[in-house]
Amino acid sequence: MSAESADATDATGGGAARPAPEPAGPERIADSASFRRLVVGLPFVWLVLLFLVPFLLVLKISLSTLALGQPPYEPVFPLAEIASFGERLRELSLDNYLFLTDDPLYLDSLISSLVTAGVSTALALLVAYPFALGLARAPERIRPLLLVLTILPFWTSFLIRVYAWMGILRNEGFLNQLLLRLGLIDQPLVILNTNAAVLIGIVYSYLPFMVLPIYASLERQDPRLLEAAADLGSPPARAFWQVTFPLSLPGVLAGCLLVFIPAVGEFVIPDLLGGSETLMIGKTLWNEFFINRDWPVASAVAVVLLVLLVGPILLLQRARGSAGAGSL
Amino acid sequence: MSALGEARPQPASAGRSLGSIRRSFAPWADPAEVPLIEFARVSKRFGSFAAVSELDLAIYRREFHALLGPSGCGKSTLLRMLAGFEEPTSGEVRLDGQTLNGIPPHKRPVNMMFQSYALFPHMSVEKNVEFGLKQDGMARSERSERVAEMLKLVKLEPFRNRKPAQLSGGQQQRVALARSLAKRPKVLLLDEPLGALDKKLREETQFELMDLQQSLGLTFLIVTHDQEEAMTMADRISVMREGRIAQVGTPETVYEAPASRYVAEFVGGVNILSGTVAERRGDRVRLAVPGGIVEADVPAVSGLRPGSPAVFAVRPEKLRIARQAPADPGVNAFRGEVWDIAYLGDMTLFNARLPGGEILKAATVNAARASAEPLGYEEEVWLTFAPDAGVVLPE
Repeated sequence: MSAESADATDATGGGAARPAPEPAGPERIADSASFRRLVVGLPFVWLVLLFLVPFLLVLKISLSTLALGQPPYEPVFPLAEIASFGERLRELSLDNYLFLTDDPLYLDSLISSLVTAGVSTALALLVAYPFALGLARAPERIRPLLLVLTILPFWTSFLIRVYAWMGILRNEGFLNQLLLRLGLIDQPLVILNTNAAVLIGIVYSYLPFMVLPIYASLERQDPRLLEAAADLGSPPARAFWQVTFPLSLPGVLAGCLLVFIPAVGEFVIPDLLGGSETLMIGKTLWNEFFINRDWPVASAVAVVLLVLLVGPILLLQRARGSAGAGSL
Repeated sequence: MSALGEARPQPASAGRSLGSIRRSFAPWADPAEVPLIEFARVSKRFGSFAAVSELDLAIYRREFHALLGPSGCGKSTLLRMLAGFEEPTSGEVRLDGQTLNGIPPHKRPVNMMFQSYALFPHMSVEKNVEFGLKQDGMARSERSERVAEMLKLVKLEPFRNRKPAQLSGGQQQRVALARSLAKRPKVLLLDEPLGALDKKLREETQFELMDLQQSLGLTFLIVTHDQEEAMTMADRISVMREGRIAQVGTPETVYEAPASRYVAEFVGGVNILSGTVAERRGDRVRLAVPGGIVEADVPAVSGLRPGSPAVFAVRPEKLRIARQAPADPGVNAFRGEVWDIAYLGDMTLFNARLPGGEILKAATVNAARASAEPLGYEEEVWLTFAPDAGVVLPE
């Protein structure tokens, strides 16, 4: 046990990234202390290796200048030149970030992404709340089954499900066929490759992330509260807004953030379902990396996006904290 | 335990004692009196389970009525049918002469205090109390006046802005009480309201509830499984069993003149002597029971015939326990040995074992601080009682 934990703490590498040493105090049982170090250490190593290091790489690239070559940027810190560290540091430039403000494309796609994410979050909430309420009020016997059905689509590849939507939304697709047959429309609706298709795709894909936290907060509510509200003269519809909804707000907030944050950076759905008009920051990022091969600017976009989303993520953490552990 | 045969303690705070008001309060004895609440042949079934069966009950204005029974006897279902959370399968529930059947809970002029209090966790104490008043569209100024009055009544003014989670169990209970009283309901329903409180707080609260009921002039219907609680607070008790009422009566009636062996055994401690009727002479009956002869007073109308089985039920505190043999050891006297002694402070309980193995319970009040010659284990004793000490019930 102790050997393993020693490895784990060593593997955290750079001194700065090491977890804070335990506060000095009376010696505790060695086993439990090393076990604690292991438990805290493993996820820490994971985060450092797979999140912090890549992020630092992206940050470094974003501060470099574009070059035509392989890799397509000027390395600022060739590892052989540790000696000229200070000199090299001066070569770092914020030009890429300044460039982002010059070209309206980036601001436009950011705003468009935020709008798309906001609208799809609102739509997902409208769909998910009655869904979650139905789940929470369903007979206890069939609730597990309904929950399994809710998350069942996750067992199929996300890409395949988005492709399926292409089949449904196409001009000659399932939806148009149905509407034509029913005589509701004369002309097929053009949905695929529009922003509407992007919204449908996002709402569909992220719906369980909205349903589950709302369900968790509704399911925990004491049914006596509604009886008390009725007893005090509140008819059912009013009691919903006075009692049920306010008490589910932590779940609603958690669900909204769980949908909004990934939706802002969503790339696959706008790429497959959206059209040329669809402007999303994720797509712009992709284009910058792989079409323009301007890695420094693309990295700068990525860094800016991350910084912008840290705020909502912190909010999510707080919401989860107040909703209590186990909301998701 | 202390309720056994003891005088009911009176609250010191009230200017006039409750007893003086309550002694003359007996609307159920007045045939001209119209009941406030009526259950008329009410049944409630859940699937194949009959929670309440063909039940009739009348409760009068200003009455403090207790529904007493073990869990699953249907007492909570009865309360929930009055509140409107359950609809009777058959029969009618009436309030003030008007049927409540089909009226949803939010339109009924009754309020309920829940066992779990069911306070709204996202609202302050003040908002909780105000909730019911808001539903009625009461004007803001009138509302805040009533809330202040209610908070004063339950002594929670300093906590008006706290959330329920920031209050102790006793304080939450007071908020629940204030909230359910704020609308001045025709009837206050209390579902095991004191179950979550510790013993001392529970006893204090019992008297506060009684004072409150008297001073507000309201009708209280309380559900409890605690016979002591029911006897302390209620004007009348309905003892329930398997969806039916076994007996309705004042605490004294239910305790001293139980209508059945079930009631005798559920309310307080009791000795049951089963035997057969040996002789009947007017209102005096002789029972042959294992270990002796019981001679008891019975109402002349009761249909006890020689040879029919019957039980004699007598409360432990009605038995005298002594070393000396009584003058007439043949009747209402049993010889046994002290088997168990439980010293409770205010009284001592003796379990005496008869030669046949039956156990008789006797309670003595410890009026003096020490007895010169206390009874010890395995001592031979005589248990005696008067003919009017107990009741004879059909087996």
